[in-house]
Amino acid sequence: MAQTVAQRPTFSPWTDPDAVPLIRFEAVSKRFGDFVAVDQVDLSIHAGEFFSLLGASGCGKTTLLRMLAGFETPTSGRIFIDGTDVSAIPPYERPVNMMFQSYALFPHMTVEQNVAFGLKQDGVPKPRIREKVRDVLDLVQMSRFGGRKPHQLSGGQRQRVALARCLAKEPKVLLLDEPLAALDRQLRERTQLELVGIQERVGITFVMVTHDQGEAMTMSSRIAVMNSGCLEQVGTPVEIYEYPGTRFVADFIGAANMFEGVVASDNHDLLVVTCPELERDLSISHSGSVPVGAPVTVMVRPEKMVVQRESPSETMNGVKGVVADIAYLGDVSIYHIALPSGRRVEVLRTNLRHTGEQELTWEDEVHLAWHPANAMVLTR
Amino acid sequence: MSTGWGRNRALALYGLLSLAYAFLYVPIVVMIIYSFNASRLVTVWGGFSFKWYGELLQDEKVLDAAWLSLQVAFANATIATILGTLAAVVLVRFRRFRGRTLFTGMIAAPLVMPEIITGLAMLLLFVAMEQAIGWPQGRSMTTIVIAHVTFSLSFVTVVVQSRLAQMDASLEEAAMDLGARPAKVFLVITLPIIAPALLAGWLLAFTLSIDDVVISAFVSGPGASPLPIVIFSKVRLGVSPEINALATIVVALVGVAMAIAGRVMLSRDRDERHRPTVTSPQPV
Repeated sequence: MAQTVAQRPTFSPWTDPDAVPLIRFEAVSKRFGDFVAVDQVDLSIHAGEFFSLLGASGCGKTTLLRMLAGFETPTSGRIFIDGTDVSAIPPYERPVNMMFQSYALFPHMTVEQNVAFGLKQDGVPKPRIREKVRDVLDLVQMSRFGGRKPHQLSGGQRQRVALARCLAKEPKVLLLDEPLAALDRQLRERTQLELVGIQERVGITFVMVTHDQGEAMTMSSRIAVMNSGCLEQVGTPVEIYEYPGTRFVADFIGAANMFEGVVASDNHDLLVVTCPELERDLSISHSGSVPVGAPVTVMVRPEKMVVQRESPSETMNGVKGVVADIAYLGDVSIYHIALPSGRRVEVLRTNLRHTGEQELTWEDEVHLAWHPANAMVLTR
Repeated sequence: MSTGWGRNRALALYGLLSLAYAFLYVPIVVMIIYSFNASRLVTVWGGFSFKWYGELLQDEKVLDAAWLSLQVAFANATIATILGTLAAVVLVRFRRFRGRTLFTGMIAAPLVMPEIITGLAMLLLFVAMEQAIGWPQGRSMTTIVIAHVTFSLSFVTVVVQSRLAQMDASLEEAAMDLGARPAKVFLVITLPIIAPALLAGWLLAFTLSIDDVVISAFVSGPGASPLPIVIFSKVRLGVSPEINALATIVVALVGVAMAIAGRVMLSRDRDERHRPTVTSPQPV
């Protein structure tokens, strides 16, 4: 495991301009009647990635996945897998396999027959099938259940069999449609890391659809955030969270406090934004270039702020407010601070002390402080 | 909970239930009892005897009719199951196509069409066809089978359609995804999963055919009279205990067929309860 930990940070083929992606969407659109499910999507996915399509239901992520599997044909645009245009290739001839949300295990077949099904279609000789079935069932720790029927298995076991059935075919790409949605919370969290471990061992490219941002952040090498048929942003979990490209992404991934304002000045890599609802101007560093006078949104994550009684120093950003609500979650507390303008800001605070005594309480007058480097300017 | 009131209510309920069953089945039970009557007079009990069953076995006409009925029912059930299944697949799997509403209506129409009209229409068609193309020649087993298929395939379609609609469509997609071509997917995935519905549909078509009188009356001929028609014509000459014996056999046959169909449907329900339940995704 130590080896994989060391490897992961260096795995970033998408930063290499010479790398050839395994999957390429070129201006792909899909319309159902008047409804545009997927709108002009360009996307490259590299071999070995664990790629997630993240978005709310109806954003087009499942349609994108189903086009990759061959169950839907693009209305326009082309899809390449390993250099081949697959737009006209039927699902049963594509080098991809899909794990369905319902798992879609064949109810009249045993676990072994389910796993062997795909190999049988390819005309693999029987002894080889038996060997392969044993190997993949070992991999997902289901060897003891080979003779059972799907209805004799628990949800977690069925999920493993569905995964084994796809892996047996050794596809170039494995598609996962909400693979963990049917599991209960605890099992889901355990399975997330297990699935990543399996992906690293088999080295197959995984493309996953999920509506659960925590799941996407935990498992993915890169995430594509989708909104009403379009890609909002594609990036690593860190990029998506720390440097969201749009207001939608900032709001969708994690919690975000957003202040609308206008750029007042831009000097020494320090952008100054005037917000009508705040007394003091906000300073933001490493912002890229934004013209003076442009309307922008300043985004600060709740854990990037400090809540304190005393006024912050000049180099920090500061906002005054009153504690309106405290949500005590054990490890952390979320403070809802009401600003003079009436709007509320969320601040996250780690409960460092054991006593459970809160030094801050309702109606306390407090200051929020954050460093200019810890905020983001959003123009879209 | 064995209070007096509870007991009385239970008694009342059982009483009502018995009455309802009596209303439905006493006539049939009486008929079965009288089929073992030794007396020639239908309404006078003359002791227990198998003699009418013996006489029945001597009656060439009845035996021929029974054999014909079985053949017709078998052919009808098989053809209706094949056609009905195809119709159900089209209705469930091909959501949008031109003329879908018309097709749905045409499939369902025989369920509500008065039999006498279906029978008359079939007869007119057969006569017209014989004049035009010389086929089918006269009323024969062929005409009876064709007529029976037209109405029993609707029943098969309804049974198979509901089963198909319950089936998780991603099962077929998964099979295709794993490399099976559409025809193979239908054979190795869809068919085995809907098999109980096919068997139930087949048995339903079989019983519908074997006890049909009205339509058969129109499309059967002198050389080809199925059992219900023969019974009907015998009754017109007066009810003989032999008819009771014959009817008892038919009741037994239909009863067995329905019992099997019921068992099949029941095991299907049990499967459903074991079916993987997919909880809806919960936002975190």
